[in-house]
Amino acid sequence: MALDDTKKTREFKVVGTRPDRPDGIDKVTGRARFGADMVAPGMLTGRILRSPHAHARIVRIDASKAKALSGVKAVVTRADFGEVPEDVADVLDNCMAGDKVLYDGHAVAAVAASSPAVARKALKLIEVEYEVLPHVTDVDEAIKPDAPVLHEGRQQETVPEGMSQNVIARSEFGHGDIEAGLKQADRVVERTYRTAATHQGYIEPHACLATMGSDGRADLWVCTQGHYMVRNTCAAILGMEQGQLRVTASEIGGGFGGKTVVFLEPVALMLAKKAGRPVKMVMSRSEVLRATGPTSSTSIDVKIGMTKDGKITAGFAELRYQGGAYPGSPVDMGAMSGFAPYDLENVKTLGWDVVTNRPKAAAYRAPGAPMAAFAIESAIDEAAKGFGLDPLEVRLMNGADEGTKASYGPTYPAIGLKATLEAAKLHPHWSAPLGENQGRGVACGFWFNFGGDTCVSLNITPDGTVTVSEGNPDIGGSRASMTMMAAEELGIPYDQVRTIIADTGSLGQNEVTDGSRVTFAVGLATIKAAEAAKKEMCRRAALVWGIDEEAVEWEDGAARPAGPNAGKFPPMTLKEIAAIASNTGGPIAGHHEVNAEGAGVSFATHMVDVELDRDTGSTKILRYTVFQDAGKAVHPSYVEGQFQGGAVQGIGWALNEEYIYGDDGILQNAGFLDYRIPVASDLPMIDTVILEIPNPGHPYGVRGVGETSIVPPLAAIANAVSEAAGVRMTQLPMSPPRVLAALQAKAES
Amino acid sequence: MSQLHVTTKINGDETEFLCEAEDTLLDVLRDRLGLTGTKEGCGTGDCGACSVAVDGRLVCSCLMLGAEAEGRDIATIEGMATGDQLHPLQQKFIEMAALQCGICTPGILVAAQSLLERNPDPSEEEVRYWLAGNLCRCTGYDKIIRAVMETAADMRRAS
Amino acid sequence: MRYEAPRRLEDAVSLLAGQDGAHVLAGGTDLLVKLRSEMIEPEMIVDIKRIEGMREIAAEDGGWRIGAAVSGAEMGEHAGLVADWPGVVEAAGLIGSTQIQGRATLAGNLCNASPAADSVPAMVAAGARVRIAGPNGMRDMDVIDVPQGPGKTALERGEFIAFVWLPARGEHSSDAYLRFIPRTEMDIAVVGCGISLSLDDGDRVTAARVSLGAVGPKVMLVEEAAEAITRRVLDEAALSDLAAACSAAATPIDDKRGTIDFRKHVAGVLARRAAVIAAKRAKGETA
Repeated sequence: MALDDTKKTREFKVVGTRPDRPDGIDKVTGRARFGADMVAPGMLTGRILRSPHAHARIVRIDASKAKALSGVKAVVTRADFGEVPEDVADVLDNCMAGDKVLYDGHAVAAVAASSPAVARKALKLIEVEYEVLPHVTDVDEAIKPDAPVLHEGRQQETVPEGMSQNVIARSEFGHGDIEAGLKQADRVVERTYRTAATHQGYIEPHACLATMGSDGRADLWVCTQGHYMVRNTCAAILGMEQGQLRVTASEIGGGFGGKTVVFLEPVALMLAKKAGRPVKMVMSRSEVLRATGPTSSTSIDVKIGMTKDGKITAGFAELRYQGGAYPGSPVDMGAMSGFAPYDLENVKTLGWDVVTNRPKAAAYRAPGAPMAAFAIESAIDEAAKGFGLDPLEVRLMNGADEGTKASYGPTYPAIGLKATLEAAKLHPHWSAPLGENQGRGVACGFWFNFGGDTCVSLNITPDGTVTVSEGNPDIGGSRASMTMMAAEELGIPYDQVRTIIADTGSLGQNEVTDGSRVTFAVGLATIKAAEAAKKEMCRRAALVWGIDEEAVEWEDGAARPAGPNAGKFPPMTLKEIAAIASNTGGPIAGHHEVNAEGAGVSFATHMVDVELDRDTGSTKILRYTVFQDAGKAVHPSYVEGQFQGGAVQGIGWALNEEYIYGDDGILQNAGFLDYRIPVASDLPMIDTVILEIPNPGHPYGVRGVGETSIVPPLAAIANAVSEAAGVRMTQLPMSPPRVLAALQAKAES
Repeated sequence: MSQLHVTTKINGDETEFLCEAEDTLLDVLRDRLGLTGTKEGCGTGDCGACSVAVDGRLVCSCLMLGAEAEGRDIATIEGMATGDQLHPLQQKFIEMAALQCGICTPGILVAAQSLLERNPDPSEEEVRYWLAGNLCRCTGYDKIIRAVMETAADMRRAS
Repeated sequence: MRYEAPRRLEDAVSLLAGQDGAHVLAGGTDLLVKLRSEMIEPEMIVDIKRIEGMREIAAEDGGWRIGAAVSGAEMGEHAGLVADWPGVVEAAGLIGSTQIQGRATLAGNLCNASPAADSVPAMVAAGARVRIAGPNGMRDMDVIDVPQGPGKTALERGEFIAFVWLPARGEHSSDAYLRFIPRTEMDIAVVGCGISLSLDDGDRVTAARVSLGAVGPKVMLVEEAAEAITRRVLDEAALSDLAAACSAAATPIDDKRGTIDFRKHVAGVLARRAAVIAAKRAKGETA
């Protein structure tokens, strides 16, 4: 849909302000109910037995002793699940292993018991006989022809013969002629980069509460990014009709993509079914780290050709992402996004999706993009600095703009990349002096942003207040944004609207809270639902006034005659129309259902200063500034919050976070002690600059903002550390031992 | 298994409960007393989501047995507001958007309150180190630190 | 599992002596983690916090007697102790978060017998001793003799540490403890170094004790390192010799927290920095 001219110059009254979030008081008083906070009468405790091996055949499971234990009400293994549709077969296998366990922590059985103590005891009584198989956890090892194979016969036809069966799929993007482009270059930078797997690290462990009656009707309370997805997936796995399973989303304590899939939920439902009692399951932190979705670890070759004045003549990247135990790493999105900020004649990316004996990768904030950006933005930086060129100028010179054919195919409409670069150039941060052992890095990042299936229902109460029902869990303040957009469109105050997250019985299908889609797509549907309600209210006013409904318009929260010819009537406010709704045809509501398109891509530039302790290899983040295009910032505080949160997750990824596997294939740091996410004392304030280049696909110009902010930091920090160290860092995390080793190697050479 | 009978004070109220010897204070608060505002993020003292004050001292309730609460004075997030009057920290966190998902918020508020009771004029560095044991994965801490500093300034002005 | 909170030392001893699988609870910051992760399944937990003197810091023989249940936060608030043994107090203060500080104790840190325990190198450098209560009464032991390897102590059945004793602090003397961690907080030491020293009027080191943590199965007292700076002014040459002695003495392993090369190198870096801080303090300068 086109952004019409009146909207381009629209003066917003509510959008762009910073009201208190509607769930604020619940969240600061402890009243908000998260996944583990729900209880049900007669509730049992569910627990999962997990594999101690990285790769093994399950020879036998004997649960008879556990079943005999007093207080044990149900035991579930894979045998309890029947054949399931192909599209959920891997999901089920990940929730409950079949013939083989594929990673340390893979679920093999579950119990429901009268208390946590009994459940713990019961797990110890389940005997599992394993035939241990050779394993592989490293992506470069897994692609070797003699690597242990996880799945036979899953390799797609696009993969050339001779590669390990662990290489599942190949993806390719780009245009032009790489070899010809490289010939035009004055310098070619060619390097291999590696990144470690990191976890989303949400503070709330997965939790759910399931009930199922003998009539097959079931209810599920769950912390998830998408309760409609949970409903559809669980119904398919349990062989239920979707309408018989009602899922209610709890408040969600962080997700970042990690709660876009199911882990406990089908098992909890199966336990509840067998036990005939409600079953609550809550993961421990170690279960979260061992068995839920981290991101891929990667190995990426990059080749960049550049002329001496900074023109990129060719860009090539070959990306290998291990996505854990099942096909579906986000390598394709890495391959699509890495060069997306640039206008290149010759560009090509090649991606390989690889399986290993690790937990299945789940989405993590701009899945696949940060690693590709790390590699490519590092190479561009190295090429630019090799000529003594300004890294911002080089990016501006090669930057994509409206009309650029993107490296992954489409041609861009109005985009904000150059606006972020120009803002960065003018910012005092860019010209601030640096001290000894300090370095400054910049990098750009891109994310697609998604739309997808969305339903919103907007109801006018008899007293003229407004309720909005939407189907996407509020993960970071989206209820405030929806409330603001509804108030804006209706022309009423913010506090006259209340937005709730409806259960799966109350709305049609809603795509998961992912792809930075909610403020865009649910916002769009909210505005459209408000428009529908407005239209109906105008009709009611027309009825009262006895004039044509076309002769009534909506302005400032009231129906008014549209122009002098319509007749002279005082405006009828929303409250006045609501009060007589029963007499004018009944309750008033608006709703909108859409597969939203036109999400509008988003770009960011990040700038960071670091200081190195040359004696220990330790990196301190001194200053950090995020420049990002938000299209239109609905609630600027929460837009800033997304920028800051993404930057800091990126800082963790760049410096300290990593999945560490031993030679035995066992995860060695399954806890927050040694899986080191940034703490408050590690960080400076994170400055933000919001750019607003309206998205033509949204009535208010909104673009998603949640994910782009994690794309540039890995490269920006690597560029800063490399400058401070005087040596190019190509492997993440840039942990102190790794940086110190690089400094020492340089000193020796 | 015979249960232990414990008499304690929670948010100013005399409270009695029965618990197993191995129940943590966090288990007791959440599962026996229905005080679910205190959260479990790790169960190992690494995330601070379960922060409470015991006799005025900030601790992780996951690292204390329920039985140890005998005769102690325990303060949880549920006791932070006075009736419908939010504590200035609570109010400021809402105003300054110092929370996104909100799971770490109760622990951070309890910890920040404990800081301001001891040090009404903390530096940014002091706030950051005091709160280092409270993990937040959403905000990057920026707005949290600012909200604590601003609350401290407001409270100094008011006193 | 039983929970007992005796009021008298003797009762604690007889409970511990009379029951297999009895564990002492002081601050609980290690014990409860082990309990929850099912690393241990105690038959009984003996909470010693209600025994008289366990939560007291008292002057004794010119030094300080610290009850086994005194938390790091309480130590940090004790002006006399901080003035005499700033290194020991800051080492205890580095254990975990503010929340952990509200509970964690010197005695617990020692009995957990982790080679990476922060307070132990500082106590070893300080020449601290512990008073152990047991079936045969009280006995004293040097802190360095308590850990016998990862997770193992010299304590016998029925025994527990009741007090830690820090000796009298002489004139022109002080201590410091530094550790290296990847973040700024919340990590286990990758390397730790404690130094206690005394200076003469010419700023020459008259006595020193240097200890290292997390670079061997137990915290070590590095006599060669102390020797490297004794009778010398802490100039660049002396500090280099100190660092070299510490790096040479370190016998670390590669693990998830650091590499052998890194730990050996950083042992020297920390020793050098800690010595400078301890010397400044000994001269009465702020550090």
